[in-house]
Amino acid sequence: MTMSVTIVYTVITLSAIGTFSAVILYFVAQKFKVYEDPRIDDVEKALPGANCGGCGHAGCRAFAEACVKATNLSDLFCPVGGNDTMSGVADILGLQAVQKAPRVAVVRCNGTCEFRPKINFFDGVSSCAAEAGLYSGDTGCQYGCLGHGDCVVACDFDAIHMNPLTGLPEVVDDQCVACGACVVACPKNLIELRRKAPKDRKIYVACRNEDKGAVAKKSCEVACIGCSKCFKVCPYEAITMGNNLAFIDSDKCRLCRKCVEVCPTNSIIELNFPPRKVKTDLPPVTAREAEAPVLPEREATSEADQTKNTEIS
Amino acid sequence: MLKTFKLGGVHPAENKLSAGKAIQILALPKSVFIPITQHLGAPAQILVNKGDKVKAGQKIAQAGGFVSANIHSSVSGTVKKIDLSPDASGYPKQGIFIDVEGDEWDESIDTGNDLIEAFDPDSKAIIDKINAAGVVGMGGATFPTHVKLVPPQGMKADTLIINGVECEPYLTSDHRLMLEKGREIIVGIRLLMCALKVEKAYIGIENNKPDAIEHLRRLTSSDASIQVIPLKVKYPQGGEKQLIKAITGREVPSGALPVAVGAVVSNVGTAFAVYEAVQKNKPLVQRVVSVTGKSVKNPSNFLVRIGTPVQNLIEAAGGLPEDTGKVISGGPMMGKAIASMDIPVTKGTSGVLFIPEREAKRKQIQTCIRCGRCLEVCPMGLEPYYLMTVSEKQVWDKAEEQHIMDCMECGSCAFTCPANRPLLDYIRLGKGKVGKIIRERKKQ
Repeated sequence: MTMSVTIVYTVITLSAIGTFSAVILYFVAQKFKVYEDPRIDDVEKALPGANCGGCGHAGCRAFAEACVKATNLSDLFCPVGGNDTMSGVADILGLQAVQKAPRVAVVRCNGTCEFRPKINFFDGVSSCAAEAGLYSGDTGCQYGCLGHGDCVVACDFDAIHMNPLTGLPEVVDDQCVACGACVVACPKNLIELRRKAPKDRKIYVACRNEDKGAVAKKSCEVACIGCSKCFKVCPYEAITMGNNLAFIDSDKCRLCRKCVEVCPTNSIIELNFPPRKVKTDLPPVTAREAEAPVLPEREATSEADQTKNTEIS
Repeated sequence: MLKTFKLGGVHPAENKLSAGKAIQILALPKSVFIPITQHLGAPAQILVNKGDKVKAGQKIAQAGGFVSANIHSSVSGTVKKIDLSPDASGYPKQGIFIDVEGDEWDESIDTGNDLIEAFDPDSKAIIDKINAAGVVGMGGATFPTHVKLVPPQGMKADTLIINGVECEPYLTSDHRLMLEKGREIIVGIRLLMCALKVEKAYIGIENNKPDAIEHLRRLTSSDASIQVIPLKVKYPQGGEKQLIKAITGREVPSGALPVAVGAVVSNVGTAFAVYEAVQKNKPLVQRVVSVTGKSVKNPSNFLVRIGTPVQNLIEAAGGLPEDTGKVISGGPMMGKAIASMDIPVTKGTSGVLFIPEREAKRKQIQTCIRCGRCLEVCPMGLEPYYLMTVSEKQVWDKAEEQHIMDCMECGSCAFTCPANRPLLDYIRLGKGKVGKIIRERKKQ
């Protein structure tokens, strides 16, 4: 008898407390309600969710908030999702997406052990940032890759790896989303985001050595010596000279490869191109180029023409 | 019971191989390279052109601001070129190349060795002379001395502390200087006291240099205002804050200057440079450098003209040992490994140390075993293991919260770590990053 009364009292008391608390919580929730635009959730769902920070915001949620707040999307771009994702976001928000050419990271140093001999040995901790803070590096070139792989650690997409043979990092084009984490991580500013061309073809100056030609050449065989030969031969004004260094603007370059032929130090690299029609004296520039798939000559020419046309239009 | 600082510290093997070797004057090199940044602060502005004839002691670069120092030619000859050349870190720095011709000094300089004790007790005139002579802290930090002698508004120094500690293993340049130029140093101390308008000066010397303590005590026996304090042998006693704590018991607050507790610290080398600058009108163009190492044939102390290549020093000390694994500018604890033997001796080069291959290599890095030894030895009371971890993980706000900027990079933590953790490497990296963040925040 007493047992069941106890149970009844307990149930009643707890129910009363529960109801009372619920009422209080209801009013508190009303009082402190924070309105959040439901579109933020929608936009966030449309984003890749990589939280890489490549857009310049602290993760995808922050980027979604910025998109919803923005009146136009011209300054906002998700490099991971690219144009498709951005048009999806634009649809949700009823705005106009800005189309951007996809980009890919490129390592602008070709100073392998063979071309750029070590003149001393760094014995400290394996970190490019730490070594760069202490001294100029273990080769004669103070601008070149230090080879500890800070860029590899920074990459969230497994898109950059150290090649143990060359001691330099290599970008896996298909994996790279151009988030720019490696660009920030490299203390020597060697990594650049360049426009992605069809078939991942690339032409770039693989050198950042600002020393005068003779000094640069002494420390590294494949250094850019700032001779301006490529600058003169370029028909598209894509090459600029500055600080004893040539720079090829990937937005202007039409991949004609004339600069590669004239470079006296092989510091301009061509990647993923079919073999040339006329055999030149130039040795293969990197191991990767030698491994590049050999395409039939005819198809290659038409491809190249197509590339040219699309770029002109 | 000898005085020392309370917190942390280590005692590495002393290895003062060149302690018994008198200072020798090194032969003039064929050419010198004089960098325009040999001090903390703004680089000096070059006053000479290619082809100019210069005399030893002639001003060739003007201080580029208040926190900067004049640079003088250390030799007589012709300016060959003004160009970049790698410094100890391998990064190129602007400087002046001079081809040596004879040894002709500027007329205004007294090159004699006679001791001049009398001086005009005008504080401003003394500081101006020190400023003109380009005197900087000779202990290695190379902070311009004239800046130290003018405390910021509202602060007043009451004590001058002279640093004759030389707590770095191997180095003996200050030790020899105290023995051979004791009288000059005492005059230099009186000049510094007069410039600072302080009544009391202490000379702190570690107890492993009893001859120097004895010598300076004898010289100051008649002068109650200068007192020699023997100190227990412990690294990093030569650190400014540690020395102030050891001698006066005062603690410099985090982020503050030593003058905040009324103390100004100067090296014995600086006191000697001040003597030469004021009494002899001789600018800072030469310094004592210890050339030492276990495999070096004749570990020596040389009086070297600024700009002499390190190569000349080791040749004079019996040639480069075959088993050299690392060459360090400075002492083994705080010195920096140099990337090339062509780099010049600068105002801050207190020694050149040749470490044999077998001792040069670092041991394999193991995991932290949480023994806490780094905490025990940190003279600044920091948590090195934690600062290393947050620097490695790039959590800069936590690093700043835990006072990473108070680290003076003495290396006691890395020296004592049984797991060979690269504590200082990462803390130094963190300091660089946090310092940059703080500077940017201040700008906004």
